[in-house]
Amino acid sequence: MRAALPVLTVLAAILLLWYLAVAPMNIRGALDLAERSGRAVTPETPLARQDVSVWRLMAQNPGQIAAAYELDRPRLPTPQQVGGELWKTTGEMALRGRAMSKRSLIYHAAVTLRSTLWGFVLGTALGILGAVAIVYSRVVDMSLMPWAIISQTIPIVALAPMIIVLSSQLGIEGRGVPKAIIAAYLCYFPVLVGMVKGLRAPAPSQLDLLQTYSASGLQVFLKLRLPSSVPYLFTSLKIGIAASLVGTIVGELPTGAISGLGARILIGDQFGTPLAIWAALLAAALMAGALVTLLDLLQRITLKRMGMQA
Amino acid sequence: MNETIIDAQGLDLTFQTNDGPVHALKDVSLTIGKGDFVSFIGPSGCGKTTFLRCIAGLETPTGGSLSVNGMTPDEARRKRAYGYVFQAAGLYPWRTIAKNVKLPLEIMGFSREEQERRADRVLELVDLKGFGAKYPWQLSGGMQQRASIARALAFDAGILLMDEPFGALDEIVRDHLNEQLLALWARTEKTIGFVTHSIPEAVYLSTRIVVMSPRPGRITDVIESPLPKERPLDIRDTPEFLDVAHRVREGLRAGHAYDG
Amino acid sequence: MMWLIFALAFWAGAWALNAALARSRWRDTRVVRIAVPVLFGVTLLVLWEGMVRGLGVSPVILPAPSVVAQTFAASTETLWEDFRQTVLKGALTGFAIGASAALLTSVAIDRSAFLTRGLLPIGNFVAALPIIGIAPILVSWFGFDWQSKAAVVVVMVFFPILVNTVQGLRETDAMQRDLMRTYAAGYWHTLLKLRLPAAMPFIFNGLKIATTLALIGAIVAEYFGSPTRGMGFRISTGVGSLSIDLVWAEIAVAALAGTAFYSLVALAERAVTFWHPSQRRR
Ligand SMILES: Nc1ncnc2c1ncn2[C@@H]1O[C@H](COP(=O)(O)OP(=O)(O)OP(=O)(O)O)[C@@H](O)[C@H]1O
Ligand SMILES: [Mg+2]
Repeated sequence: MRAALPVLTVLAAILLLWYLAVAPMNIRGALDLAERSGRAVTPETPLARQDVSVWRLMAQNPGQIAAAYELDRPRLPTPQQVGGELWKTTGEMALRGRAMSKRSLIYHAAVTLRSTLWGFVLGTALGILGAVAIVYSRVVDMSLMPWAIISQTIPIVALAPMIIVLSSQLGIEGRGVPKAIIAAYLCYFPVLVGMVKGLRAPAPSQLDLLQTYSASGLQVFLKLRLPSSVPYLFTSLKIGIAASLVGTIVGELPTGAISGLGARILIGDQFGTPLAIWAALLAAALMAGALVTLLDLLQRITLKRMGMQA
Repeated sequence: MNETIIDAQGLDLTFQTNDGPVHALKDVSLTIGKGDFVSFIGPSGCGKTTFLRCIAGLETPTGGSLSVNGMTPDEARRKRAYGYVFQAAGLYPWRTIAKNVKLPLEIMGFSREEQERRADRVLELVDLKGFGAKYPWQLSGGMQQRASIARALAFDAGILLMDEPFGALDEIVRDHLNEQLLALWARTEKTIGFVTHSIPEAVYLSTRIVVMSPRPGRITDVIESPLPKERPLDIRDTPEFLDVAHRVREGLRAGHAYDG
Repeated sequence: MMWLIFALAFWAGAWALNAALARSRWRDTRVVRIAVPVLFGVTLLVLWEGMVRGLGVSPVILPAPSVVAQTFAASTETLWEDFRQTVLKGALTGFAIGASAALLTSVAIDRSAFLTRGLLPIGNFVAALPIIGIAPILVSWFGFDWQSKAAVVVVMVFFPILVNTVQGLRETDAMQRDLMRTYAAGYWHTLLKLRLPAAMPFIFNGLKIATTLALIGAIVAEYFGSPTRGMGFRISTGVGSLSIDLVWAEIAVAALAGTAFYSLVALAERAVTFWHPSQRRR
């Protein structure tokens, strides 16, 4: 409770600011609409209004401020509108048994989730394998590690359209694969770095102890290095899954994809339906939160089982 | 006795912790005069650090009265009445040794030339001349601790409070620093409060040794040292020295018996 | 076929050389530390070239590095124009504004323990979100030119830097704070002389994460509308018009820009936090 109060207060403040910002953001749209439906507004034409500040407009047309909160295509929707849109495209459709229709966000979220998880699995596997290779081989460490760092300074989005073109040219059907590749590209690095740290975490004295038992390399790996890397692994997995989701959405954005949350954002932009964009964004945020929380839970349970955390 | 610098009467301090109150100091009364070298010795947890922190105004007693230079400890802290040396050197790694020594001087608004002058002087005092441009991590533990003493000396406070400053050092370095500290004390006539776990160290350095015991933290004995002010290292083999050390040990034992 | 065999032979030879270097007694010298990864990179390029030539891959699918290099040399003017639009105007402006805003906000909220406890979990959460998705919204708010790209970058870099800085400002230990109290040091002295320097490793951690995000944000935002220049614009139109070699040249620019930006920040980190155990030279 002590921890929740500040968070809730800050959240409430953010919501309040959001609500307050809606009126100035949308007043012009509201006035245009009112003018078209024949109501009196000052100044009378959009052209004349262009040079007047939003604050003046609000002061001169107090009657229209309420309308700013109910536009169909607002520049900034209210939290309520976003929540409403999200419900309309998820819960309500599910209730009508159309959860997997192409107009349902549940369907699009599932598409995004699938690529995210594939990318996550692929990236994690690459990261762990890379880390083992780096820890055990000096050549790999020296040649690969600098490039792993450089690979992350390359803006993947520049590559994203190419990866999609390439994979379609190579005859790979569907958009899931290239998205998963982009997701894996963003996901593998935190896992690699975390695992390298984790596998190198055992102190020399701990390694020496196993030496005195003349343990084999595999035994050292299984009994010491791997267990000590688990806390590091989970911390990186949480970063990795978030990165994986970012990668998937980036993969959906620039390429004319038609399904997935990123595609909803793209389509919302092309058809000028901001509410759809906001709802998709909220869905993506909820998904990120859920995935990270899930891994956090898994981390707690595992570490408790392993006796590493009270 | 000479002019009173620190005066504690019936001092009490209870920490409220999650597992109930901890009585860290109970009815502690002690006066320290100008130029005294007072050591505090006692088993772990008997409140030595807590008492020193009370004097420094870093901890607020829950009962009794305490004055430093005739002021409350907090006022004295604001007047920058003392230098404090912690158990670890606690030098800032991003500053050179000289810059570390100048830290309090910068905060207290000394002029640049004055900062230079004083840093040079105190670094010479602790035998670190020529190491001013080094970074703390490039120095040995003993050198770091000497630098932290220099830092406490830099602004010329009348009182020096030291909490196990040599606790982490080996015997040889410790002996050497003890000797230097005595010489410094003789030259500057500062009032020194010194926490230690070592009986020989306490006896060698102090004009007065305060023996404390835990649960609740209290003073069980105060031993005046008959040793002369001039003390070469081999004074530790004289009968007078051994006699004082014996009395301190007895005092510590009595505290334990009472405890058990 | 010759090309393929040559590429594979080169690969095997380079790997053997690298393995030998890594085991040699010069393995800790600066030259070898740089030579090994460089050789590895060159190997990748040779493999790529050999594959494309040996297998006769169409340049519309994957151009060879040599072709990309020629295009690069031939279109430096376009590339420079795009670089200025996307990196210098969009990414760097946004990075500067976002980083300053995050630093000032951190110092401001840090004075209140309540605010810190409230904002830190939220900031951590937001930093993990796919914020990139707000690009179309900001493009519709701020127009097609670089201002909207900078706005996207501001939002993207803000939270990672904020979270790291707030964390860093809390990193001082009790003894260091007590020391400042014994000097009766005020808030500003403590902030400037103790807490900010102690927070620097954390701040730079945030800044390094932000460099990559800045470029990603600036490029993606261009997919949602831009004037007829910019790296994102050129890439998306290039893919459509099958001028794949130009797209790869842009990718090369993006890679160079990203690496250079990151290295600059890493160099600054080295200069500022030279005292931190992770930065000290052995
Ligand atoms: N901030 C605090 N909160 C709660 N309890 C404390 C605090 N500081 C000290 N104590 C308790 O007060 C008692 C005295 O502690 P103090 O640090 O003064 O002992 P000490 O004599 O310096 O011991 P040592 O020789 O181990 O340094 C201990 O029981 C300790 O647990
Ligand atoms: Mg203590």
